[in-house]
Parts: sequence; C-alpha cells; structure tokens
Amino acid sequence: MVEEEGFRRYVAHVILWIGIAIVAFPVYLAFIASTQDNALIANGQMSLLPGGHFLEVYYQTIFIGTSGSTREPVGNMMLNSLVMALLIAVGKIAISIISAYAIVYFRFPFRMPIFWIIFITLMLPVEVRIYPTYKIVADLHMLDSYAGLSLPLIASATATLLFRQFFMTVPDELLEASRIDGAGPFRFFWDTLLPLSRTNMAALFVILFILGWNQYLWPLLITTRDDMQTIQVGIRKMITTTDALTEWPVVMATAVLAMLPPVFVVVVMQKLFVRGLVETEK
Amino acid sequence: MANVTLRNVRKTYPGGFEAIKGVDVDVGDGQFCVLVGPSGCGKSTLLRMVAGLETVTGGEIDIGGRVVNQVEPADRDIAMVFQNYALYPHMSVYNNMAYGLRNRGMAEAEIKTRVEEAARILELAPMLERKPRQLSGGQRQRVAMGRAIVRQPKVFLFDEPLSNLDAKLRIAMRVEIRKLQRRLNTTSIYVTHDQLEAMTLADILVVMNGGQVEQIGNPLAIYEKPATTFVASFIGAPPMNLMSTQPDEIKSQLGSNGRATEAGILGIRPEDFVITDQTPTGGVALPLAVEAIERVGAETFVYGSRQQDEERVAANPGELPPGDVIVRVPGTEAPAIGQKIRVAAVREKLHLFSGDGRTRIEV
Repeated sequence: MVEEEGFRRYVAHVILWIGIAIVAFPVYLAFIASTQDNALIANGQMSLLPGGHFLEVYYQTIFIGTSGSTREPVGNMMLNSLVMALLIAVGKIAISIISAYAIVYFRFPFRMPIFWIIFITLMLPVEVRIYPTYKIVADLHMLDSYAGLSLPLIASATATLLFRQFFMTVPDELLEASRIDGAGPFRFFWDTLLPLSRTNMAALFVILFILGWNQYLWPLLITTRDDMQTIQVGIRKMITTTDALTEWPVVMATAVLAMLPPVFVVVVMQKLFVRGLVETEK
Repeated sequence: MANVTLRNVRKTYPGGFEAIKGVDVDVGDGQFCVLVGPSGCGKSTLLRMVAGLETVTGGEIDIGGRVVNQVEPADRDIAMVFQNYALYPHMSVYNNMAYGLRNRGMAEAEIKTRVEEAARILELAPMLERKPRQLSGGQRQRVAMGRAIVRQPKVFLFDEPLSNLDAKLRIAMRVEIRKLQRRLNTTSIYVTHDQLEAMTLADILVVMNGGQVEQIGNPLAIYEKPATTFVASFIGAPPMNLMSTQPDEIKSQLGSNGRATEAGILGIRPEDFVITDQTPTGGVALPLAVEAIERVGAETFVYGSRQQDEERVAANPGELPPGDVIVRVPGTEAPAIGQKIRVAAVREKLHLFSGDGRTRIEV
C-alpha cells in the first residue's frame, strides 16, 4: 500500500469516515429509536442519543411482542427464522455435496443429462415457480410447518455446482491412493472429501444462512399462524397498524434483533473461510 | 514376495485408441523392473493397469501366481507411490501412513509398530505429527514411500516418483529407493522417462515406445546391444549417432564386414569415438568440422558436422540432425570451433541396423 503524507492522508481518512457514517447511521438510528419512548418518536422529537427504555423495550419485544398488531413475541419469531435458516443451510449443503459427489465421481447412465437438469433449475428460483411450489407444499400438508418453510428452498443448483467445481480440482491421485488404501466410495467421501471441503462448506454456510434468514416472500405465503411467523414477515406486520400508533421502539428493536444472527454467523465463520482461502490444502 | 507376469496385455480405450498393444513382461521375485520410454509411450498406463486403476482390455496380469485382472486395487496386495505423492492433505504424516492399515482393520498397536518402523527407516520420526504441507518436497516423497512400505505389500509400484524433486535430491532419493528396495527385497515396478534413472535402478529394463515393448533386458546389455535404433538413441546420453550406410564414404569402410552390406543404418555412441588420424581395421573413420563444444568438466562433447548431404535415417527422440555427429572426449581438452578433425571408432563399437531401424544386425 502506498503511504500518503500529511494533508492528503487526512483527506482520505475524512472521506472514509464519511462513508462509514453514511452506512452506519441508519443502523445507529434504529438502535436509538429502539431505546426511546414511543410518544416521543410519534411527536417527531426523537433524540439522537440513547433513551432510557432499553431494557423495558427489549424485554417487551422478545417476550411479549407489540400490544396491537401481531401480539407474537419476537423471541419466538427469531426461533422460527433460526430453525428455517439452519434447515435451509444445512439441508442444502448436505444434499448438494452428495449430488456433486455422485456427478463428479460416478459413471452412471444419463449422468450429463442429470447434471444439466440440476443446472437448469438455476433459472427457476422460488419466485418463478411459486404457484406450483405452493400447491405441492399445500397438498403435502406442510403449510405452517418448518418442513414447508425450508424444503422448497433446499433444492437448488448453486451449491451443487460449487461443490462440483471444487471436487474437480481435487487431484485424481487422491482417489486412486484411497482405492489402493482400501477405502471404498463411502470412506473416500467421509475420510478425504468431506475434510477437504470444510472451508467450502463454511463459506457456503454463511451465504446460505443469510439467504435463509432473509427470506420474506415464501414465509409470508405459507405461514398463516402467528406462532409460525418468521422475523422478516413479523417486522412488516408490526409496521402496518389499522387503528393504533405504530410502536416504533418495538419495531426498531425487532430490526436490531433481526440483524444480530447474520452478523454473529459472519463474525464466527469468517475466520474459518478466510483461513480456508489462504491455505491451500490440495 | 511375488512374481509379476504380464501376458499379452492390451489396453484399448473406448474411442478405439490402442494405448498398449500387447506387452509381455516377467518380473521375478524381488526384482526391480523399470519401464522407460518417451511420454505417451504407455508406460504409466501399463503401471496403472498393474495397480488396478485402469481396466485391462486384453491379456492377463498375474501377481504372485494369481490373475488379478478383475481384482480391486486394494485387494491386489500392491502399494503405489504417485508422481505428486497424493498424500492426504488433512491428515498428519502418521495418519497418512496408518490410513490404509486402519481400513484393513489392523489393530492400532500393530499399526503403531509398523508406522514407527517405517518412520525410523525413512528418518521421518520427528515429523510424524506434521501435515504434508509443512514438509519439503523430499520429505513428502519419503512419506509417500512410507505409506507404501508400512503395508508390506507383494509389489511396489512407482509412477515417476522423483520427477517433482530438484536434480540433487533426485539423485539422493534414487540411491535411497534402490537401497530400500534391496533391503526389503520387494518386487518393484518403476516408471520413468529419465534414462539415467532407468539405467541405475533397474534389474530388468523395459524400453517402451508407442504402446509396445522395444526391448527387455539387463540395462547394460541393452546399452551394449540395443535391438532397435529407437532403443539405441533413447538409452545413453547424449544419444547414439545414427547415420545411413549409403554414402560411399561409409559404405567403403564397412564393405569388408560380413553382413554389413545388409545394414541400412550405422550407429556409434559418442563415447566410442576417438580423435585420431588413423583408421582402425574394420572400424569407421569420419572427417568432421567442429561446430560446437560443450564442456561438462569430466568430459567434453564435440558437435561436428560431416558437411555432406544425407537423407534422414529415422525419426527418433533426441536424434541429431542428419550429418551431425557428437563425439565425447575425456577432460576439457577439445579442438577449436571450426577446426577439421577426424574421428574413428573400432569395429567392436559399431552398431548396425536394418534400413527401417527395427532389427539389429550382428557383424
């Protein structure tokens, strides 16, 4: 990196700080709003310093919910979102790594057509096939269930393709050495391929967890019961109130809470996958 | 302990490409067999067929009296050292060596004894807990060898194991492999494209070209009596000088030599030439114009030109342009560039081949 001297350096830093402020201010505002009194916000007199209602608001949000619109504790919504996001991330990784293994390492009839069929599903995300998918889930009696929330989102080609690309970079000699060492297909997968894919799985987990956590349209469609609601849908419902004041501190507290798990996942997993990118283990 | 016998082994790929066109080799118990040839000659394919990594489309592979054509690699009682070592990157050195034994259900105590013994032989004991990426190339190579020897297999298979090492280490490891093989007395098949490795390691040398065996035998016997011009130019460095017997200059000198009239190609090794004005009886003398000198220290190579038009005699790897001749002289004494010299070789050092280079003619 080039070391800038004196004045130029300060200018650069000022610009960077402005950038940070632009990105961070809405997040800050949400946090501030979640610690204030609702009446103050409704009057347009919100302070830019934290208010004194932090514990009270967060307690209400997590354990009770808003007093009007949904009346569902956000703690439960978070649990729903968490279960859905974990099911999607883990399910996708599990299915993708197995299908990629089949496609890369086995010679079976119609291998390439099957690969292309998987590939083509990339063009059919949930939004495109939403009616038939809804119909299937409804017919299987999976509305308002974790299975209904996660299954349709698990089947996808992206992760399969990613693992396929990775497996193709693993030297053939490793497979051959395993065969000579008496490891069958299952042992090779379990003892060699899975450990080598660890960093890829971590990277995928981060992406898929956030993708699952941020789902809005699909949970909105298939959940009708309040206790199956996810947090992203819940926030929207809290804002729309017909005959009462929107409880902004609770809404903002929910928004802040909704941000925490993805941040946590990124912070924890980042180490693993950055290390994975740095060290070449092949 | 086992013999390895290949009987008319063939490999035809689904596309119709014939990689191995019928190979017969018999490697005796405890012998070190080296398959050598230019890239694409089928030597690696042949080795992989013995390992069971490639299917056999014709003939029989027999290891220790058992035809193994349909036997899984793990059940052939062989161990293989790969060119890129193929160590399991996520396992420690210890586990790399122990993995194959564990898969066979061996008791952990026995595994420990064997791995530690192998580590002692290969001087790997201090690094048993390290991962392959923390090792140098030479150390990885040893681990790959260790993985092979802990199995105590009937046959070792080596697929160009030294080609990823630098020149100095390659020579050191070459000697070590030979010592180790002598000590364990395990039948070994070794693939290389390096004729020096082939010469120094082999009990039996198999020279391959285009999916066929050109010559099998003791390395020195092959060096002294190459069966074809291909073998003549492949074994020995720099390669044998090959020239047509048609020019009058050569024809007249060979005339008195029994069957020499049938020969189409004359071969003389660079090291068999002497710079002299005399012509030995029955030998061949050539006038040369010196074009280049290579001083290696212990010896010097003189590149000379016969300065006359000559048809090309055969297309072989490492062959000189027609009319060019390499002469080896000991030490650093050499004629100057541009100087005209006369070189001669005695009758016993002449190699005569039929016109197509496929048959050796004894004089």
